[in-house]
Amino acid sequence: MQEEKIIEVRRLSAGYAGRTILSDVSFDVRQGEIFIILGGSGSGKSTLLKNMIGLYPAISGEVLIRGENMIGAVGAVRERLLRQFGVMYQGGALFGSMTLAENVALPLEECTRLPREARALLARLKLQQVGLGQFADYLPSETSGGMVKRAAVARAMALDPGILFLDEPSAGLDPITSAELDELIRALSRDYGITFVIASHELASIYAIGDRAILLENGGIAAEGSPVQLRDNPPNDYVRAFFRREPERARAA
Amino acid sequence: MATDSAGQSAPLRVESSGSETILALSGTLDDAAVALCWSRALGAARTSQGPVRVDCARVDYCGGAGFALLVALAEMAQERKQSFVVDDLAPQFRSMYDGIDRSKLGQAETPQREKYGPVASVGQAVADRAAEWREETEFVGEVGVGLAGLGREPRRLRLREWWVMVEKAGTNALPIVALISFLMGMIMAFQAAMPMRQFGVDLFVVNLVALAITRELGPLMTAIVLAGRSGSAFAAEIGTMKVNEEVAALTTMGLSPVRFLAVPRVLAGIVVTPVLTVYSMAIGVAGGLAVMMMLGFPLATLMHQLSGSLRVDDVLAGLIKSFFFGAVVAGVGCLRGLQTGAGAAAVGDSTTRSVVTAIFLIVLLDAVFAVIYYQLKF
Repeated sequence: MQEEKIIEVRRLSAGYAGRTILSDVSFDVRQGEIFIILGGSGSGKSTLLKNMIGLYPAISGEVLIRGENMIGAVGAVRERLLRQFGVMYQGGALFGSMTLAENVALPLEECTRLPREARALLARLKLQQVGLGQFADYLPSETSGGMVKRAAVARAMALDPGILFLDEPSAGLDPITSAELDELIRALSRDYGITFVIASHELASIYAIGDRAILLENGGIAAEGSPVQLRDNPPNDYVRAFFRREPERARAA
Repeated sequence: MATDSAGQSAPLRVESSGSETILALSGTLDDAAVALCWSRALGAARTSQGPVRVDCARVDYCGGAGFALLVALAEMAQERKQSFVVDDLAPQFRSMYDGIDRSKLGQAETPQREKYGPVASVGQAVADRAAEWREETEFVGEVGVGLAGLGREPRRLRLREWWVMVEKAGTNALPIVALISFLMGMIMAFQAAMPMRQFGVDLFVVNLVALAITRELGPLMTAIVLAGRSGSAFAAEIGTMKVNEEVAALTTMGLSPVRFLAVPRVLAGIVVTPVLTVYSMAIGVAGGLAVMMMLGFPLATLMHQLSGSLRVDDVLAGLIKSFFFGAVVAGVGCLRGLQTGAGAAAVGDSTTRSVVTAIFLIVLLDAVFAVIYYQLKF
């Protein structure tokens, strides 16, 4: 069960405006694990994530989600694939004109045939899962950055997806709030068996939650393994520099 | 076995034994299944005469919607003071169901939002308006000072960025201004030619078109087009900068956002609008002449009539206005941009407000000029 591949990235190349940022990247994400995409700023973490969810057109390669290719998927296939995962964007991307509960209820309204009271109740349940039950009627502008991110996780989970993609969940959060979010991710992974794919560079956070990680550098994968393992037994100088925060060594590598 | 209207096997069977109502759920309780049986399940719970038991022995998956159904049933039973049990839910779902704290679900806090009574809201509106006037007056003053400062020190204008503004607001507006002016001239000539022909004075349509276009419609239409495409762009651009805290960054660097952002744009507006206006006048008159030629007048006659009727004063009268129109359009766009509040909707609001205010001020200014020109017999 643990070994079952849920996402397979095969020789993915991606970039913008003629500039290649990732070339020939291949890796697997296994069912139920918390998978971390690591890398410095500008290493292509977000690009990789956004290609995996089909937001940007990849240059070449495939992203198989439960065996179906996300790259270039259209129509019913794309819709079926989109329902398999939820995404939390870096800034939360909650709609400012709706309360937290309405934000969570929006995908339910558009994608299910549940009656109104069921949607409202389900939105509250999801918010309670992320610890925001009592803030259901707040507007995003009336809450803090950490709450916005947690609400964004609740919205991403609204349709019970098996996979959650999180883009920089810890960015801009204080250590406590960031640790709370880590706890939430671990709990969701443990209780609901949700597979997480997280782009991050917060070392403290990834040791706490990551089962496996890849480190991106120069458009490719510099290392793969569990975060703690990468820190303790770095396979090369760049990995060592990254985990020990040594800019000198990183420049030399 | 109960079936729903579509004939599929429903995930819910309602049974009763004695006073007890048994809701037997089965299969995959995802949103589609729950949507099918939600109202029937709650209906059964609402009419039950005794305890309610939910039998989940045959449930193989329970998603969020399934939990929502169980919670709704539990709430219903609690409301009707009936006992409620969920039986035989698979252990992994059981622990999730037990993790739901129903007592807290209903207790959402109501956010504290300021609410005013009628008197206070009137007062607040007046205070807001007064603050806005103050802001607007300061803005006009600061733009004036900024422009004067540029006159003394022209090198402070960031020329490369300014040229881009001129290009966007001016050069790129040429096609739309041309199209609208040409059509205005044509329409006016055509509409006037028919009634005037009845009196045999249709040659004087040239006078009418030339006068109306140069004194009024050329400057007015150009300014309105610019308000729609450039003033609004300034408002959206500066508004987005404000939302992204770029305006705050300017302030903390000790740079005045008005001088840095608004002054070059207002200058661009002042430079570009008169040029576009003259262009619009020429094309508008050409549109009128085109119609007259279609009606059978030779070009030489029309040109003779035109040179006899159109004075330099008429063109000047339109041109002078256009400087002010340009300043108003660009200034209002920048002002509304700087007044932007927080969020994506605020940018939309300031864009709307910039267009509405600019058009209103253009028309108002035009009326003022009409009075002044009349008094001066210009």
